[in-house]
Amino acid sequence: MKALESSKDVALTKEKAQWMYQRMVEIRNFEDRVHELFAKGILPGFVHLYAGEEAVAVGVCAHLNDKDSITSTHRGHGHCIAKGCDLDGMMAEIYGKVTGLCKGKGGSMHIADFDIGMLGANGIVGGGFPLACGSALTAKYKKTDNVSVCFFGDGAQNHGTFHEGINLAAIWKLPVVFVAENNGYAEATPFSYASSCKSIVDRAIAYNIPGIKVDGKDVLAVYQAAEEAVQRARRGEGPTLIECVTYRNYGHFEGDAQTYKGDQEKAEHKQEKDAILLFRKHLLNEQLLAESEVVAIEKSVEAAVDQAVKFSEESPYPNASELLTDVYVSY
Amino acid sequence: MTRKLSMSGAINEAMKLAMRKDENVILMGEDVAGGAQVDHLQDEDAWGGVLGVTKGLVQEFGRERILDTPITEAGYMGAAMAAASTGLRPIAELMFNDFIGSCLDEVLNQGAKFRYMFGGKAQVPVTIRTMHGAGFRAAAQHSQSLYALFTAIPGVKVVVPSTPYEAKGLLLAAIEDNDPVIFFEDKTLYNMTGDVPEGYYTIPIGKADIKREGSDVTVVAIGKQVHTALEAAEQLSQKGIEIEVVDPRSLSPLDEEAILSSVEKTNRLIVIDEANPRCSIATDIAALVADKGFDHLDAPVKRITAPHTPVPFSPPLEDIYLPKAERVVKVVSELLGTPLEV
Ligand SMILES: Cc1ncc(C[n+]2csc(CCOP(=O)(O)OP(=O)(O)O)c2C)c(N)n1
Ligand SMILES: [Mg+2]
Repeated sequence: MKALESSKDVALTKEKAQWMYQRMVEIRNFEDRVHELFAKGILPGFVHLYAGEEAVAVGVCAHLNDKDSITSTHRGHGHCIAKGCDLDGMMAEIYGKVTGLCKGKGGSMHIADFDIGMLGANGIVGGGFPLACGSALTAKYKKTDNVSVCFFGDGAQNHGTFHEGINLAAIWKLPVVFVAENNGYAEATPFSYASSCKSIVDRAIAYNIPGIKVDGKDVLAVYQAAEEAVQRARRGEGPTLIECVTYRNYGHFEGDAQTYKGDQEKAEHKQEKDAILLFRKHLLNEQLLAESEVVAIEKSVEAAVDQAVKFSEESPYPNASELLTDVYVSY
Repeated sequence: MTRKLSMSGAINEAMKLAMRKDENVILMGEDVAGGAQVDHLQDEDAWGGVLGVTKGLVQEFGRERILDTPITEAGYMGAAMAAASTGLRPIAELMFNDFIGSCLDEVLNQGAKFRYMFGGKAQVPVTIRTMHGAGFRAAAQHSQSLYALFTAIPGVKVVVPSTPYEAKGLLLAAIEDNDPVIFFEDKTLYNMTGDVPEGYYTIPIGKADIKREGSDVTVVAIGKQVHTALEAAEQLSQKGIEIEVVDPRSLSPLDEEAILSSVEKTNRLIVIDEANPRCSIATDIAALVADKGFDHLDAPVKRITAPHTPVPFSPPLEDIYLPKAERVVKVVSELLGTPLEV
């Protein structure tokens, strides 16, 4: 197993750097806003926020195109944004409005956009592993060079589908990249308690596939690891397992008091370990972007999220007739 | 002594009483204690279940008896089946009934079959507690009511309580029972309060309860829908129509006798079930009465159910997804041939 110590030598084009920074800020802003709207009682249901983990989704999706697909989790907003989902359509979906990406019928845990290869957030932990194998099988069978990425949590790796999915991908040499988001907890249960392996990436050995563990707060480290894995998949050499060590800034879901987290860890992840602050510093230090450019991105994202909220509030709910559409049989 | 208690409080109390009474009773599931091996965490600050239903259990019984599991439903559910058949009396919590997809074999082909398939040599005294029900804005994979799926399996018992009093007594009966019992908890009823006696008591599994007497129409309602039926009964009563509300309380075994004798009295039957209509409990009860109560019927049997669709997220759609008292009033009026006054 490899652990990536430093990502200093990653060379980004200016466009790529801009794209990555923008996506990360979009995710953070979007989630902060959803957090506020939920606290005000405007948004209902179960909402799981991705803030803090931006570097994972963005570092990986930076290598994907619209024909590549991803499977996601209950904590899916970040994956959606990194894959290019429309912010208006996402927010409207979380509001349950008809202009949402799934007409309001799916909600936060089920945002999908098949046109750009976003195969759906998923309310079932472990649901994504076999699905990623399926879209990869399509790619392999049709001889496209598309890849599938399966994002999953440290809790999900204890589900049987993890083992079935990775083994299947390995024996069939499917173009899948399995991306573990090890944020240390599954709900209120620490990774260290629930997992016999001290690193998720150790499990790659069991399935005879490459594994790499990276600092999931370092978007360049994620970017570098994903580049290798995606290229390997495109070359038809089979799956890779990447473990990204990260942290979720909010609770498991909105309303979680997070008593299981330590005060110090909470503080340091919002400050010195924050993925966005780290990347921002890097961009300025390396003169990839000027301060004014960074600020322009931040401002435009804020406006875009404002717009998404406005769009959602002004959108209508689905008509009653929508209840019976898109299902095979209605009684 | 009786006092007011919430549904979740009643369920919590039943588990405590069962665990005090029998040291072989253990509880396992995801975050049923919460925060396993977190040094700084005081037990009283631990989650106690995703909606707090098992809160306080780890303080009293410790982590040897309140077992946090990884997200490994097949693993712990199968373990619960064999632990049950070798001397323990586990309560296994399946957080949402929708997750049965991850451990159906453990129930369907393992636990449910042991006693019969092994010629009566095995007993499986396991209780699976699980959340169900729409109306929580929890969307398609966290809102289903899958009790019919389990009722279709020989070898398991299925309980769906509608009040805190019944939740406590039926859960204690389920834990005492030597067969696998699936115990359904409607997440939207957890905060409902009602009179609950202190102390240990059981309610027999397989006995229906007449929630309201009436002579015009029998309305059999499941779980939360008992309250929809009672609401409709109030409205109808003002028009001089008295419906009889029958709460089966357990779907397997089903108190056929109670349903049939009510229909014998009223000659009309409506079943309210928030699950999807095909192969449902509503359909099953309709078939029962068509078969064994046909001579008593003066009108067709009516089923009031969810549509045959997944549960939609959008709040206004979810609201119309669920059966409503108004719909019950309308169907009752139609059955009796009394025009609806608006
Ligand atoms: C099959 C299944 N079991 C349990 C759950 C309940 N649940 C939802 S998220 C979650 C924790 C997931 O933890 P992890 O995989 O680490 O993802 P994270 O929330 O940390 O992103 C659990 C137990 C579920 N949705 N599906
Ligand atoms: Mg996690």
